[in-house]
Amino acid sequence: MANSSASTFEAVTCPACGLLCDDVRIERDSTDRLKVVDKGCAMSVTFFERAVQKTSPSIGGKAVSLTEAINKAADILRSTNQPLFAGLGTEVQGMRSVLSLADKVGAALDHMNADNSFRNTLVVQNSGWQVTTLTEVRNRVDLLLVIGSDIVSHNPRFFERNVWNKESMFDQDTSAREVVYLGGQNIDTSAGVSPKGVKPTVLPCDLESLPEVVAALRAIISGKTLIATEVAGIKVSDLESLSERLKAAKYSVVTWVSSDLNIAHAELTIQNITGLVIKLNAKTRSSGLPLGGSEGDSSVNQTSTWTSGYPVRSRFARKHPEYDPHHFSAAQLLNNGEADALVWISEFNPDKTPPNVNIPKIVIGHANMQGNDADVFIPVSTSGIDNTGTMFRIDSSVSLPLGKLRESALPSLGEVMAAIEAAL
Amino acid sequence: MLIKLSGGKVYDPAHQIDGKVMDIYIRDGRIVSRPRDDETIDQTYNLNGKVVMAGAIDMHTHIGGGKVNIARMMLPEDHRADPNEHSDLCRSGCGHAAPSSFTTGYRYAEMGYTAAFEPALSPVNARQSHLEMGDTPIIDKGGYAMIGSDDYFLRMLTAKKDQNAINDYVAWIMHASQAIGIKVVNPGGISAFKFNQRALDLDEKNVHYQVTPREVLKALSRAVHELGVPHPLHVHANNLGVPGNMDTTLKTMGASEGYPLHLTHIQFHSYGTEGDRKFSSGAAQIAEAMNKNKHISADVGQILFNQTVTASGDNMRQFANSSLASPNKSVIMDIECDSGCGVVPFKYKDKNFVNALQWSIGLEIFLLCDDPWRTFLTTDHPNGAPFTSYPHLIRLLMDKSFRNDMFTKLNLDAQAMSTLNSIDREYSLYEIAIMTRAGAARLVGLHDRGHLGVGAGADITVYSDNPDREKMFEKPDYVFKDGELVVKDGQVVKVTWGHTHTVKPEFDRGIEKDIKQYFDTYHTMSMENFKVSSDEIAEGGRGGVVVQACEGRREKSL
Ligand SMILES: [Zn+2]
Repeated sequence: MANSSASTFEAVTCPACGLLCDDVRIERDSTDRLKVVDKGCAMSVTFFERAVQKTSPSIGGKAVSLTEAINKAADILRSTNQPLFAGLGTEVQGMRSVLSLADKVGAALDHMNADNSFRNTLVVQNSGWQVTTLTEVRNRVDLLLVIGSDIVSHNPRFFERNVWNKESMFDQDTSAREVVYLGGQNIDTSAGVSPKGVKPTVLPCDLESLPEVVAALRAIISGKTLIATEVAGIKVSDLESLSERLKAAKYSVVTWVSSDLNIAHAELTIQNITGLVIKLNAKTRSSGLPLGGSEGDSSVNQTSTWTSGYPVRSRFARKHPEYDPHHFSAAQLLNNGEADALVWISEFNPDKTPPNVNIPKIVIGHANMQGNDADVFIPVSTSGIDNTGTMFRIDSSVSLPLGKLRESALPSLGEVMAAIEAAL
Repeated sequence: MLIKLSGGKVYDPAHQIDGKVMDIYIRDGRIVSRPRDDETIDQTYNLNGKVVMAGAIDMHTHIGGGKVNIARMMLPEDHRADPNEHSDLCRSGCGHAAPSSFTTGYRYAEMGYTAAFEPALSPVNARQSHLEMGDTPIIDKGGYAMIGSDDYFLRMLTAKKDQNAINDYVAWIMHASQAIGIKVVNPGGISAFKFNQRALDLDEKNVHYQVTPREVLKALSRAVHELGVPHPLHVHANNLGVPGNMDTTLKTMGASEGYPLHLTHIQFHSYGTEGDRKFSSGAAQIAEAMNKNKHISADVGQILFNQTVTASGDNMRQFANSSLASPNKSVIMDIECDSGCGVVPFKYKDKNFVNALQWSIGLEIFLLCDDPWRTFLTTDHPNGAPFTSYPHLIRLLMDKSFRNDMFTKLNLDAQAMSTLNSIDREYSLYEIAIMTRAGAARLVGLHDRGHLGVGAGADITVYSDNPDREKMFEKPDYVFKDGELVVKDGQVVKVTWGHTHTVKPEFDRGIEKDIKQYFDTYHTMSMENFKVSSDEIAEGGRGGVVVQACEGRREKSL
């Protein structure tokens, strides 16, 4: 909708990454284009400033009315036995509507980030963990241990907001906070340089060797003596001094990004991280902090968990929810021929396109997806820009309302899912 | 629509009605007086011989919020064993100890409960609590905002701010988190754990703020009272689960200096140190103190033998208990310099000495406390047992021979340490109705619920008068919610959305200037986003916010 009046929005919540920074300032011009003018980052600029192409619902690439598209989608779902709802790039309100329809038609559910999320979820389900949240980090951390990631590729403002913040509740000199990077090669550690110019400690190793390095660190913290003098190129004496620093710290935080741990045994590595945190807590305080998060992954998992009892990957085919982290992956179900229709959802990101399939395909997504190869394409508005919504931060305890910054002619995902359910 | 419930035996303790046969009329969701003879009655339910009570109210049950969802997330094995199929009316779900939200609503309604209150709504997590409760159908709900380890409040105590300033902050928290009460968990202890303190006794100082739990209790109980909030300060005391903690509990009763306190899951705080194993029942002393101190109320937090999961804001004690986890896993969290949580699965076994004695201690407290208006029936769901075990618990209270049969199956050493089988008391239906209806509504401040007087919301449960009280209470004949028949023969027949009950005490809005500054300086979310709006709660046509009356600013009267 053009020709609305220009406006400035203060304290906008940005859903582009798991931090959900809510201090972003955005200007809207008279053509409804948005511009991030303060407290932005590369990810928020991409998200808010994306030009939205004019598009219409389509059936087999031919423009149709919204009602026709919805009826066609309902027709497809009515005639299937094992529909698969995947992608699931949405927020809480959208996911509520997805779960309602999935329950009705007996769908399987998978999120596009599930491979990454499961590296954490399986640890919680297997051993649990001891973790903290962003405001605790901002006010308490004295030693930050970053494992296998630069963090800022996923959460650009993490250090700015939570480590190098000027003031803290307990009068800590935040510029004296220590940062250690462990694992990975050629990691950009510039964000870990303190405001006084103190460089972080960097202990690099190949990502593939991270499991043994973390296991060695846990063993040292647990009081075991290693016979080796080196683990994957890192001197054992360096790991020992890291262990001493962690034990001396009053509130260390150990962080990782599950999507960066693209290695065999990622869960075991995370379990060793959380295991060493628990060991440290025998005497001092320490907490884990899983970071990352995108495409509404934590919102989808939270909503799915309270609604159905399980995070996604789940399935409603047998009239009650079932859960299987491996078998219900979209790739598996498609490969095994266990899905007879695909509903692909991505309201935030037009680049997250569906897999090629030879079963009926319904795409409900960002307007720029076009979706010419889909049996049905329904463009939807974006929560946090075109309609309100609710989203969970990556640290899981905090959820925030998403704002509406402009009028959109497109329906929200929730409206589309409800309309399909009504048309069944 | 005018409905007549004809000829039931009515138990309505709010009006001293104890089993009187009478008719009840419902119009537009409310109980109305007997209509004129020329008015048409649209529907009559013949309830001859049936027992009629207001819908039951669970005043302490963990049904919505971060730690409940962590419990769900970490226990797929609990869920697999207990699936619920979807029907034309109801959504699917699952879960025994930590059921999914829709399943929670249906199961409560099918048991004759029409309201349930989440007692540990962390303000920073309030939005999630309300989202989950928003997806809990049929029943009304509400939450107690958990403060007392939050930095802003502890700073105020350190700075010796005057009571009016504290009252304003407490009122602001209730508005921001859409709460109906204030809860404190391990007063000051959740914060102390973050400064590496591993225990905190009533008069022990938090090392950073130099503030004691006693000071926290005093400031908060006084604030709640002076603001006119009907529900007294809801207290999860220090030293949960620690042998000998009965002394802390007895001292806590005096800590508010006469301001009302509600001591929650008091069973977990009634332990002595006698006997070979240095673990004994403090029920007699606790009950004696309860009977004497009229400003104290308590819910029991009964344990029952089975697999469950414990979920608490008390990260200090949950961390200490995590070695007892079964299955062996736990989640411990520090949260936003505001609160914490600990989720530890647990299996209570009747052959285990400690568990068997815990079971006896809870029942001893129920039976030795004289006043059902100040004693409440809870299992601290899911900490002591899932809420679905209430009918079994009611039978234990109402049926001495059943109770004694159960007692003889316990660990023998525990039997030797308990006086339970020498207690003859059996609860009456009237007393059950007090504990689970009239008393609970009065305690929480639900003016139009928990009774069957004219003007009350028509939340009504009808039972068959079965001498097996477990059978009776697990499957009511009818449940009406706001005048609509929602359950028939223990099955949901209509799905509605309940209300969210709140109170909105008055306060000086000028304090937001300082709070906003504080959020901007220290927090990772803005003050405006911390607040949960009424529109969010009513999202998608769900039940809206009901503001229950506050009693206005009260001066110190005690
Ligand atoms: Zn509780």
